[in-house]
Amino acid sequence: MADVKIDLKNLKAGGFIKERGKDLFTVRLRVPGGRMSVDRLSKIAAVAQKYGKGFVHLSVRQSIELINISFSDFDAVVAELGEEQQKVASCGARIRVPTACGGCEYNPNGLVDTQKSALEVDEKLFGTVTGHHKFKVGFAGCPFDCPKSAINDVGFQGAIWPELTADDCISCGLCVKSCTEDALSMGEDGKPVFAADKCVYCGDCVKVCPTDAWKSVKKGYSVRIGGKWGRRPLVGTLHATFLPEERVVDFIACVLGWYKEKAEGAGRVRLGDIILREGSASLLDHLRRDFADYVLDQTILPQIIDTQLPLQKQ
Amino acid sequence: METIDLRGVSCPTNFVKAKLALEDIETGTVVEFLLDDGEPVKNVPRSLKADGHKLLGLKETDGHYVLTLEKGED
Repeated sequence: MADVKIDLKNLKAGGFIKERGKDLFTVRLRVPGGRMSVDRLSKIAAVAQKYGKGFVHLSVRQSIELINISFSDFDAVVAELGEEQQKVASCGARIRVPTACGGCEYNPNGLVDTQKSALEVDEKLFGTVTGHHKFKVGFAGCPFDCPKSAINDVGFQGAIWPELTADDCISCGLCVKSCTEDALSMGEDGKPVFAADKCVYCGDCVKVCPTDAWKSVKKGYSVRIGGKWGRRPLVGTLHATFLPEERVVDFIACVLGWYKEKAEGAGRVRLGDIILREGSASLLDHLRRDFADYVLDQTILPQIIDTQLPLQKQ
Repeated sequence: METIDLRGVSCPTNFVKAKLALEDIETGTVVEFLLDDGEPVKNVPRSLKADGHKLLGLKETDGHYVLTLEKGED
């Protein structure tokens, strides 16, 4: 093995993770938003066949992980994956590969193009060193929130604001029946009455309306900040609404700026725990400088979910 | 008017049955579908709209829903 040479710059962003066995590593692949061309999938299969031991692992954050890879094959694995532009992901205290649902191109529930957002964040922010701890970003296309926005450091969830043009309404009642949040009721004049405080911006009324009397007049992301899972979970809370898709990268960079500064000297601590320490107002004030139109006046702290309760019993 | 009874049929079978029924109907013809409350009445109208049919109305009758629809272009 003395002759083995490894190109160390391949290891710079992480993504090569030590396994139990001697010399063996997991190679975590970069799959933003979980979408993968079939050509690339074939290449990954070929590389896994050649260098692995018959299996890959599908990670919970949408990566394909090549398992049981000998470290002496790193350069060959990277080179062969590169033939289909497949890159290696990251680990450690960096911005990770963003996750996303299928988005709005083919999924009838999707309100925003989460795939586009995931690719953009991956291109511009992937691997950014946080200085403190890992930093996860996820995109959900609608309030079903399959990607679980609230357990990301910064989680995005698509939303639309509906508005009724009463003259175009034929009083069919489909919107009222479609609204699962009781935000719509039928008024005495046969037109739907909108209770804005109950609306979760899912767009079901717009989608079902036969005459397009309901229209989407505002579209963007609800943004939840401070979530994480693991030993000490936190559920992230709402900090901004209707953030335009084109401002997502800047918004994350702005949150990261606050985190870098406030976590200075704190060691390996996630964003949510820093918010618990500093208070929500500090982060909201910081975000308001550049995102005043979207940031909430106030919010609640990341919510502690004590999944370790039995261990604390006396 | 033709009535297609989709009561007791769950998603997505009800939608597929609706599509099959509409295949035998002329464009522009008005038909009605009987749908259960809950998921069916929430999902089926929206899916039929997305398929290009014109939703005309919805009314509740004896614990189920009657969706009136005009068949769109094939």
